[in-house]
Amino acid sequence: MKHLLFAHHDKFSRTIVLALAILTIGIPLLTLLTPVESVFHCSAYTLSLLGKYLTFALVGLSLDLVWGYCGILALGQGAFFALGGYVMGMYLMRQIGARGVYGNPELPDFMVFLNWQELPWYWLGVNHFGVMLLLVGLVPGLLAWVFGGLAFRSRVTGVYLSIITQALTYALLLAFFRNEMGFGGNNGLTDFKDILGFNCQSEAVRVALFFLSGLALLGSYLLCHAVVHSKLGRVVMAIRDQEARVRFLGYRVELFKLWIFVFAAILAGIAGALYVPQVGIINPSEFSPLNSLEIVIWVAIGGRGTLYGAIIGAILVNYGKTVLTGLLPEAWLYILGSLFVLVTLLLPQGLVGWLRSYTKERSA
Amino acid sequence: MNTLPRCYFLQCVSYLLLVFSLSFISAAEASDSVASLQASLGLLKQTSMTARKQAITQLGEGHQPRSLAILHALLVGQLFIIKSTDKMVIAEAQAEQAFTVYEAESNQDLGQFSGAELSKISLTNALRSQVRKLIAELEINAEHPATRLAALKECDATVDEHLLSIIKARLPIETDAQVKQAIQQVLLLQHMTQGAKGERIAAIKVLKNEDSLAVVNQLKTFVEKDSEGQYLETDADIRHVAEAALTTITQRMQWYAGIETIFFGLSLGAVLVLSAIGLAITFGVMGVINMAHGELMMLGAYTTYVLQQLLPNHTGLSLLLAIPAAFLMSAAVGMLIERGIIRFLYGRPLETLLATFGVSLLLQQLVRSIFSPLNKSVATPQWLSGSWQVNDFLSLTWNRFYILVFCLVVFVALMQILKRTRLGLEVRAVAQNRTMAKAMGIPTARVDALTFGLGSGIAGVAGVALSQITNVGPNLGQAYIVDSFMVVVFGGVGNLLGTLVAGFSLGIANKFLEPFAGAVLAKIVLLIFIILFIQKHPRGLFPQKGRAADS
Repeated sequence: MKHLLFAHHDKFSRTIVLALAILTIGIPLLTLLTPVESVFHCSAYTLSLLGKYLTFALVGLSLDLVWGYCGILALGQGAFFALGGYVMGMYLMRQIGARGVYGNPELPDFMVFLNWQELPWYWLGVNHFGVMLLLVGLVPGLLAWVFGGLAFRSRVTGVYLSIITQALTYALLLAFFRNEMGFGGNNGLTDFKDILGFNCQSEAVRVALFFLSGLALLGSYLLCHAVVHSKLGRVVMAIRDQEARVRFLGYRVELFKLWIFVFAAILAGIAGALYVPQVGIINPSEFSPLNSLEIVIWVAIGGRGTLYGAIIGAILVNYGKTVLTGLLPEAWLYILGSLFVLVTLLLPQGLVGWLRSYTKERSA
Repeated sequence: MNTLPRCYFLQCVSYLLLVFSLSFISAAEASDSVASLQASLGLLKQTSMTARKQAITQLGEGHQPRSLAILHALLVGQLFIIKSTDKMVIAEAQAEQAFTVYEAESNQDLGQFSGAELSKISLTNALRSQVRKLIAELEINAEHPATRLAALKECDATVDEHLLSIIKARLPIETDAQVKQAIQQVLLLQHMTQGAKGERIAAIKVLKNEDSLAVVNQLKTFVEKDSEGQYLETDADIRHVAEAALTTITQRMQWYAGIETIFFGLSLGAVLVLSAIGLAITFGVMGVINMAHGELMMLGAYTTYVLQQLLPNHTGLSLLLAIPAAFLMSAAVGMLIERGIIRFLYGRPLETLLATFGVSLLLQQLVRSIFSPLNKSVATPQWLSGSWQVNDFLSLTWNRFYILVFCLVVFVALMQILKRTRLGLEVRAVAQNRTMAKAMGIPTARVDALTFGLGSGIAGVAGVALSQITNVGPNLGQAYIVDSFMVVVFGGVGNLLGTLVAGFSLGIANKFLEPFAGAVLAKIVLLIFIILFIQKHPRGLFPQKGRAADS
């Protein structure tokens, strides 16, 4: 088993797996075992923040699979993330039950406010945890399957594909802003009470969510790693480098692309589902094209085509964002903008690529 | 409810009119009429309502140039007496208890007064209706045809006998053809309701060819039922004729509504084309994905704003100056971006996309730091506001009309630059085959910079146009970037004419969808349509043929 998992891992990869594992197990343990005053005890705020970074890292990882290995610059990865988030949000809304402002046992508050008489059909069933888990993967996966199936079959590539993925997330943004859609319109879904019967705000739930986020990231990383080093992964990388040649060799390029695209969409959906209970809200702004572009920059900064680069990039950029928006709110967009420019000009391989060449030079 | 704004409008017209007419009156006549005007005003100052009634009658008979303005002011409660000097004045409320005051006799500006210094001349309801009648009379015989026309438009089938006799008396002496037609229409409306049966039917048959709201309203009363289901109009023949006439007019109204939708669609399309056409150069001809394109438009809009701040009293001039200024501004920034960033990334479109997106964030934040994150308002010059009232059912707003014209001018100018100038030739040569162009001695690096500057400059010009129809703020560019890419991709990359066709057809389609689906859903439907369209025709409506298509 160990041999299988680590067969192709280089030094960086092994370090990151180890670090993630220590983080995922260590932080919850420390928090649960130490008293509140201790320096090792993480507050609920810190736990949610770290958990949020882990879900971002997961969506970054999913984009790296699509962009770094398959060469599809998807500017709509945030859409799959948000869809997974909305499924989780719907589940959490249904858990509120009669404790809402209007006290309606069936309908969420915003539906009562809009004078709706009954739940729309697509809200039925999400109150079951199992169904919700299924939908978290199914909804983004299905959208990716339909969208990717159409796009790859008709050989839409490169910039065109990027722009229509952006159009997709923009269309969803506009659609979810509409009250008639039945997803809370502008305000989205919020005021969650509990998950599986446990209070969302309690420390135990926060710890559990953090642990699950870490576990999901670690598992997905190993899974992605296995995928890119499998025969399928080799073909996908060949498609990235010379699509026409792979097609001439007899491979059905569109099916390989579709497989990766759907798989990545499901990962993004899972990330979204883990993100929502930790931040306590999901609204249409998650669909904004800017959000998807931010995911791209995490991967670009970390270094695409490495998987762990995406994780490092997502965590570093978001940590920087948290710190800087606190200290200098004005400066964040300047820094983000400069990052886009400087990384593409000076660090085309990202931080990881730069580190790699640096270590190579030293060993040579 | 509806009469007040109309009164203001009429008042404005009559003021204008008086300025004209005053200059034509001889001095002797003027002094004579001033004396009688003063007499009437003296009567008006008295508190007794009988004296006021007499004064109003005198004002109506005297045909003094100022009487119309004074009667208007009286009707809307703007006629006051300054308590200290006992002067009759017209006062316009500026703010709470602050008035700008004009002398009633001469319209001379007397400056600011507070409410406590003035005492209002009030009217009873009976007097008010008398004043209204007098105003109508005076206006029907007014000097300026536009005033007469406006007064006649106010008349519907319920005109009273007295006014009707005045209108009838006007007909033989009326010289203006339009006014004459309006008078006949009023008389026909009268026949339609009150004449003998044959006369009524004849009137309906003539009036069904008129595009008049008054006619439609009157015809509708003929086919209405009361609460018990009985027709208000007892004569069945008239009902049938009226119904047929209504159908004709309704068909014509639908036709006008269609024209209006197409016009709105064209103007929306013009906005889309304007915002996409610069992109069609940078993206279509050069193959550079410039995500900062929207921000270059934003810079153009802010240039307009700054010029307007510099020339606060010349809105029109500053707008015209803004067109070249915005072009230069955005072209300079565009060339800076090209020389500083994009030239290192040629042949790597995805990286270009990311880097220019970074530039767009920088520009947005820069504007936020300099001008504040709030929206700025850019004033619209007089000749751009208002609308062209074709008839009662069709009015076209001027600003949209001008944007349509502006878009076409920009498009033609751009085509000419590309087709007929040396730069255009070089741009096309580099776009077709860079290496060969270089071999022929074309300085490709300079051409790249100039092409990008041209595309960016046009984005700036588009920004000037946008400043007239939307808010000027840091997010202006973002709102248009997805749309403009859609237009370029839909039209076919590298094809300017395709961009034009795509922009107009998307604009019109959007406006036709809006009544059924609402603005947001219409937009979503079109986005999905384009996404699906790209699947079928990955190279857009008008794909490029030949070698360039493969790259």
